[in-house]
Amino acid sequence: MKTDIERTQKIIDEVLEVYPEKTRKFRTQHIKPNDPSGECGSMCAVKSNIKSRPGVMTIRGCAYAGSKGVVWGPVKDVIHISHGPVGCGQYSWWSRRNYCNGTTGIDSFVAMHITTDFQERDIVYGGDKRLAEICREIKELFPLAKGISIQSECPVGLIGDDIEAVARNMTNELGIPVIPVRCEGFRGISQSLGHHIANDSIRDHVLGKKTIENKTSYDVNLIGDYNIGGDAWASRKMLEEMGLRVIAQYSGDASLNEISIAPSAKLNLIHCYRSMNYICRHMEEEYGIPWVEFNFFGPTKMYQSLRKVASYFDDKIKENAEKLIEKYTPIMNNVIETYKPRLEGKTVMLYVGGLRPRHVIGAYEDLGMEVIASGYEFGHKDDYSRTHAEMKEGALIFDDVTGYEMEEFTKKLRPDLVGAGIKEKYAYHKMGVPFRQMHSWDYSGPYHGFDGFPIFARDMDMTINNPAWKLIRRKR
Amino acid sequence: MIVRDHNELFKSPEYTELFEKKKEFESPCSSVDVANVQEWTKTEEYKDKNFARQVLVVNPAKACQPLGAMLCATGFENTLNFVQGAQGCCAYFRSHLSRHFKEPVAAVSSSMTEDAAVFGGLNNMLEGLENAYALYKPDMMAVSTTCMAEVIGDDLNNFIKEAKIKNKIPEDLATPFAHTPSFVGSHLTGYDNMMKGILLYMGKDGYKSPSGKINIIPGFETYTGNIREIKHLLNLMGVQHTVLADTSDVMDAPNNGTYKMYPGGTPLKDAKDAINARATVALQKYSSIKTAEFISEVWKQKFEAVPYPIGIKNTDAFLDTISKLTGKPIPQEIEDERGRAVDAMVDSHAYLHGKRVAMVGDPDLLLGLISFLMEVGAEPVHIVCTNGDKFFNEEASVLLSENFFGRNAKVYIRKDMWHLRSLMFTEPVDLLIGNSYTKFLWKDTQTPLVRIGFPLFDRHHLHRYPIIGYNGVINLVNWTVNTVLDEMDRKSMYSPSFDAIR
Repeated sequence: MKTDIERTQKIIDEVLEVYPEKTRKFRTQHIKPNDPSGECGSMCAVKSNIKSRPGVMTIRGCAYAGSKGVVWGPVKDVIHISHGPVGCGQYSWWSRRNYCNGTTGIDSFVAMHITTDFQERDIVYGGDKRLAEICREIKELFPLAKGISIQSECPVGLIGDDIEAVARNMTNELGIPVIPVRCEGFRGISQSLGHHIANDSIRDHVLGKKTIENKTSYDVNLIGDYNIGGDAWASRKMLEEMGLRVIAQYSGDASLNEISIAPSAKLNLIHCYRSMNYICRHMEEEYGIPWVEFNFFGPTKMYQSLRKVASYFDDKIKENAEKLIEKYTPIMNNVIETYKPRLEGKTVMLYVGGLRPRHVIGAYEDLGMEVIASGYEFGHKDDYSRTHAEMKEGALIFDDVTGYEMEEFTKKLRPDLVGAGIKEKYAYHKMGVPFRQMHSWDYSGPYHGFDGFPIFARDMDMTINNPAWKLIRRKR
Repeated sequence: MIVRDHNELFKSPEYTELFEKKKEFESPCSSVDVANVQEWTKTEEYKDKNFARQVLVVNPAKACQPLGAMLCATGFENTLNFVQGAQGCCAYFRSHLSRHFKEPVAAVSSSMTEDAAVFGGLNNMLEGLENAYALYKPDMMAVSTTCMAEVIGDDLNNFIKEAKIKNKIPEDLATPFAHTPSFVGSHLTGYDNMMKGILLYMGKDGYKSPSGKINIIPGFETYTGNIREIKHLLNLMGVQHTVLADTSDVMDAPNNGTYKMYPGGTPLKDAKDAINARATVALQKYSSIKTAEFISEVWKQKFEAVPYPIGIKNTDAFLDTISKLTGKPIPQEIEDERGRAVDAMVDSHAYLHGKRVAMVGDPDLLLGLISFLMEVGAEPVHIVCTNGDKFFNEEASVLLSENFFGRNAKVYIRKDMWHLRSLMFTEPVDLLIGNSYTKFLWKDTQTPLVRIGFPLFDRHHLHRYPIIGYNGVINLVNWTVNTVLDEMDRKSMYSPSFDAIR
């Protein structure tokens, strides 16, 4: 075996030593040295999308988080009922930063927490009656809502409620779509199944319900961009600048109408493959719409992606893409000239969800940084197969990492920057390791697109080079 | 290099144009419709509809039981929270507490999925306890439940016994537990249940000999500064005490370059000794209901629930209670603190007197704030308590009715912030007090907001400052009067009233 791979394997073995045997064997299959060549074979194959072991402190969430928090939550003109006890909606309220335009409480409901607030009687007698009533009350108090989605919490599936029947009746009674989503938190093993379930409900209840009259050959959908800190807007701006017409954002700043008309597009552009590949595959099979993955983090990947997207269109678009690249190259170079001297050679450890564990690597590399470890909260095999080529041989790849492992790998690999989530953030602050939240952009953003890269570079610089880190007096 | 992030970027003409063009595909409501509905939501008619709803809950100010259980258990030394149920809940609790305290919050879950829904959660718990103990080496694992485990009826007591019989965890590992169904009560109930569970476990060897100490139960306390303030006062009085669930060092740990998963908390030996104390004093009645019963009836220990010591009178009452229980006088140093707090109130009274206030929060917090506001001549008007019960309603109403400054107040239990929105439009107020989520009310109604409560996500460090004790009074006066003055400046900016001295 090659040296770098061997060295990383040794680190992995050391870290996993403390586990009880069964759990150690299990975790060994989820943490591997990277082998871009594929020569290492099954030894380096990362297992994924398997149930977390109990008690290890997984960072994963649940199907509800994947549906209400990720896919449905950003759809702005629909009211999403957190159907069940009060907590789930409380903890996911106004926290994901999927920006949207509109007037909250009037025609936009993203930043609201709407719940049936289950009580004991609902568990005993079922929640269907009250669910119907809540739909009526929503229609009464929020007359401009274009639809209602029912985001099921754990008890709903356990007590055997028939939310589908309620949804059907209410759709007829109220004249707006009422969409049942079976995203109870115990289903599946992570957020991932929630994405799939949410996409299926969109497929069954929304997609293709409307069409547009004035189709053009440049119509595209921007899929799998949740508009964190305005990401989707920065991406949309680029696509429009190259002459494409984005007819639907899916689902950052999305309206129900956009999702309904999505099958009118010529091409699906997908950023977060993990959470939205389902709907792209469906639209390909059902409507013959091709789809293409792209990456709008950092200039290198953006230039590649613009050319890749343009290749699906005529010469006009191809020329526009080149013009766009030409226009922004000096601006991007300026960003790199400004920040690279301050960031060159710094190492990064990432642990995020969706697309980011691989998609942001190029942006770091543009700034002279190296991602030495990366992993997915809820990735599948196809995510890891897309990751190997992006990382160096012997880099650490971890799936569903535990709190213990992250801390230990940090001690051994000593990255200059760690990018993960809120649950990890403050442990890193205590360790004195510069840290950025890479789910919410740490309340900054956008990071996508030509407008996002300068912000990304600024943020990484401010965090790595902030003088306060040096004031930490370590205990001897 | 000038970098424009979301705060500036999207105001630029190129983006406003983009937003405008996007509407072609959004099929948006007309701006007339939006404006009309917006105005309609401010009316009496809308308020009546809003208050007529029976089921719909919009922007409630309450969380679920296991969150409270988790906060409680983090306040004990070397204690790991173990959440029996679905893993997403555990992730949510950790995120929620971290966003408020800006601190790491460690907790594990038994990651129950569909198979556990069918067969029960025993296997998950056995493996979970074994793994968690091997990795995180706690001295105590406090087990709470999510609604999944409750609905399928997992029996924590038997499960934990079995884990010990099967040597998954050592026999002597402390394993208190609490059933914390999310569909009963709120985060306060969960705190209470877990506190009772821990005390039951810690006191299982029974009463030994009197320690002479006083136990303090802070309750669902989200101000680390409050716990430090209580300890400060008791130390000045020379009262030996144990804070039960002392989250102050856990949720406000020093940065010394190492991450400690258990950076403080009530020492377990002190928790075990709690049964031998002279008395237990709870600072939040509504998060100590079952614990109160347990201490009085099972431990046969004197139990006092004092009013949450917010404001002068409540702090006086707390200190008097402690003084009576221990026979220790209140020292001059504390008298001086009182004097400074009253001085601050007198200095600022002119800007607070007669100010109409709306507020939303937990019951004990509201009772404390009502008392404080009336002491400085402000007038509580709308008091919304999503997790308030009839006892709270009665208590708050009596407090208000006995005071001139409470004459315009109305208490709303089991109502939410969307109800409050209607109230603030139909009967406007001068000041709003609430958590970070109330900023939507600040925006919609243009009422100046003082952030007090939980969670506080969008301002930093507020939780480090006490709101209880005399020092807490100074912070409250500071935040309220300066919010009023900031607003006064904003409103008088283009008038002669824009004064340099206030």
